[in-house]
Amino acid sequence: MAPHQKTSRAKHTWRIFANHAATGVAILSTILVIAPLVAIFAYLLYKGASSLNLAFFTQIPKPVGEAGGGMANAIVGSGILLALGSLLGVPIGIGAGIYLAEFGRGGKLANFVRFTADVLNGVPSIVMGIAIYSLIVLPQKHFSALSGGVALGVMMIPVITRTTEEMLLMVPNAIREAALGLGVPNWRSVLSITLKTASPGVITGCMLAFARVAGETAPLLFTAFGNNFSSTNINQPIDALPLRIYTYAISPYDEWHRLAWAGALVLIILIVVSVSLVRFVTTRGVLKGAS
Amino acid sequence: MSVGIEVSQFNAWYGANHALHDINLHIPANQATALIGPSGCGKSTFVRCINRMHETNPIARASGTIRIGDLDIYSDVSPVEVRRRIGMVFQRPNPFPTMSIYDNVASGLRLNGFRNRRALDEVVERSLKHAALWDEVKDDLKKKSGASLSGGQQQRLCIARALAVDPEVLLMDEPASALDPVSTAKIEDLIFQLKSQYTIVIVTHNMQQAARVAERTGFFLNGRLVEFDSTHKIFTNPGDKRTEDYITGRFG
Amino acid sequence: MPGPTLVPTPLPESPSAGAANPAPSPIRKFLLERGSSALGDRAFRWLMLVCALVIFGIVALIAWQLTARSQLTIAKFGLRFFFKEGWDPVSGDFGALPFIYGTLVSSIVALIIAVPLSIGVAVFLTEMCPKFLRTPLSFLTELLAAIPSVVYGLWAVFILVPLLRDHVNPYLMKSLGWTGLFTGPNYGIGILAAGVILAIMILPIISSLTREVMTAVPHTQREAVLALGATRWEMIRMGVLRNARIGIVGSIILGLGRALGETMAVTMVIGNRPEIVKSLLGLGYSMSSVIANEFSEASDDMYLSALIEIGLALFIVTIIVNAIARLLVWAVTRGAPARVV
Repeated sequence: MAPHQKTSRAKHTWRIFANHAATGVAILSTILVIAPLVAIFAYLLYKGASSLNLAFFTQIPKPVGEAGGGMANAIVGSGILLALGSLLGVPIGIGAGIYLAEFGRGGKLANFVRFTADVLNGVPSIVMGIAIYSLIVLPQKHFSALSGGVALGVMMIPVITRTTEEMLLMVPNAIREAALGLGVPNWRSVLSITLKTASPGVITGCMLAFARVAGETAPLLFTAFGNNFSSTNINQPIDALPLRIYTYAISPYDEWHRLAWAGALVLIILIVVSVSLVRFVTTRGVLKGAS
Repeated sequence: MSVGIEVSQFNAWYGANHALHDINLHIPANQATALIGPSGCGKSTFVRCINRMHETNPIARASGTIRIGDLDIYSDVSPVEVRRRIGMVFQRPNPFPTMSIYDNVASGLRLNGFRNRRALDEVVERSLKHAALWDEVKDDLKKKSGASLSGGQQQRLCIARALAVDPEVLLMDEPASALDPVSTAKIEDLIFQLKSQYTIVIVTHNMQQAARVAERTGFFLNGRLVEFDSTHKIFTNPGDKRTEDYITGRFG
Repeated sequence: MPGPTLVPTPLPESPSAGAANPAPSPIRKFLLERGSSALGDRAFRWLMLVCALVIFGIVALIAWQLTARSQLTIAKFGLRFFFKEGWDPVSGDFGALPFIYGTLVSSIVALIIAVPLSIGVAVFLTEMCPKFLRTPLSFLTELLAAIPSVVYGLWAVFILVPLLRDHVNPYLMKSLGWTGLFTGPNYGIGILAAGVILAIMILPIISSLTREVMTAVPHTQREAVLALGATRWEMIRMGVLRNARIGIVGSIILGLGRALGETMAVTMVIGNRPEIVKSLLGLGYSMSSVIANEFSEASDDMYLSALIEIGLALFIVTIIVNAIARLLVWAVTRGAPARVV
């Protein structure tokens, strides 16, 4: 065989080999990525499920050394913090989203706001915690649920802004025109027609924000601070599920480790449910008829 | 009762694009007036200027006068007030998807603050009857959503919605172009019935449609009103050569 | 003129066409009285604008608070703060270098592990995956992104660290010990452990953004390369990855930004020793970890100021890194609203 024919055949074989190797590497990567996910869920179930009893959800932590106890106050605390955060984050987030979708489209200011919201999403949550500590905790001279709620609320704002904008932009312009053509004032049209049409998506966007901040520990470390007892006073430190999981996980006590796994399982279940719901609403296009 | 529309020296721009040049015409009351012309000639823009909908585009500008009755709609009132007196039906039916049939028809009133439940019931029934849709939907008024109807029904729903606010003028921008022939015929019959009560302006690219429903017709070309006369004259003996070319299908 | 051919629904009694203008109907009267609502519209627009401006306000707030409260150490150490070692709260000596080192090295380790895997997953899901698998697999990677940091940390402490200590590290020490990167006592926790858990945490971000920029490459590019007789891998390499490379770099930088700021999981496994050691198996400390661990114990103002200054540095760095990353991704996807990650 002539030399040039030999090299071109070798080159051809190499190209085929490279193609298959690439496929193999890609499949391997996928397996390596899915594996930790499966491992985490498996261990959470394995180590946490057995500790999920009624006591877990109804009792508060017992002192060190005593068996049993639960995370009731942490679960309630997380709920309170989320509620406080939503009071701040949801109206402002939706308002900013309305501005971006209905008033600012294409404008320079809107682009800048959108960009800043995205960048803000990447700021470490512990930095947010320090800022709120400095703003609220230091002047008040004590930790509080209020400061924790504010920290979480501030974190929700950029997320809700972007998801609201995305959902509002999916409402066809024809609907807006129909409302305006009837002589409906713009504010009424945006609220009662556009926002209402997009509301399934907007609500699930808020749920996405809740799921994200519900698992946050860092911003609560020096705002809500944690509490071994039940508390619903927003001016006092309050416990939260991620905080308690953290405290227990780094402790030297096996009993607390057991409870940490259970708490992590509860947290993960809540988050998985929220993420699945969000996916369901946005990909199945449950925006009724607005297509 | 309805009123005529008086347009004088009207110009409109989208940014730097001079869309309408020196439009002058009088649209008579209680008649249907058709506006025809090739795509991009400005007839849709013109109709949207009558209820100031072109202003929803931030770079839009207008000069000149449009009077509806004796109201100068550009200097005497705000756009929102103008649109409350005028009903508009769009090319693609656009009922509100989250609302029932009843709520759709009542929306123009409800969203402007009208609360009287019994009066609303009356208005909804009356409008749906005017729009020749009542018999088909009267049992499902609150159960079915506006978007669950067929295309032709949706468009009649939009007409009912526009009629519910008792407008003086009804604007229709190619209302049947997205519909099948049977629905189109129904809509044309409707227009025939409605014009005794309302002043209707209908934009259409279908010349036969104009001939069927309108007393007067205007021919637009490149943002200018080339000819405006009785429909009969436009289609049998047009005064301007350009009109004749368009009618006979030489372009557009 | 031809008349209607279908029987229309008879209209209810209506005023005859010839009557002089009767009084307007109650409906019409009601609507005419409504007024211009220009005030309502303007107030509404202003209110929404304020909400949007709050986002700028948040950034300004953070910058202001952090700068104000770190004045003590800024005045005492100046820029030296970021280049010196030594962390002794008792004597008031503070140097941030060990934390910067720990943050950087663990993030780089994370990138080295995560980037090839993420791109591999992205390539698989976008170009190779059978249709029916695509949704469940992409859903699973989305779930990875939703797991809270503390849960990752919990798993890392009890599962990952023993795994590293008992099975991975001895092997690394034996085969790669000559590099000096894998020497010293094998605790299990340390920089490597932090790097591994960080890699798992940033995988979903890099991979989902890479998928987005890959999908944004028009099909015509793929077809053009295939028409030249390329294999599938060559098509991916030359037709897709090459065109998307700016965006891929952007997604990598975004992953870096996330790794730099990650707190809880890192704190639980990095070892919490403010020292600079060459070995990846050594214990370290990251910027976010020192804040998380020592903030509530900071007894005097100088201590607090040092920690807050570290937080300020973290803030500035992550803002810059994220801004660059977003610009790069935007350049490829043309500013379509990105999936919030």
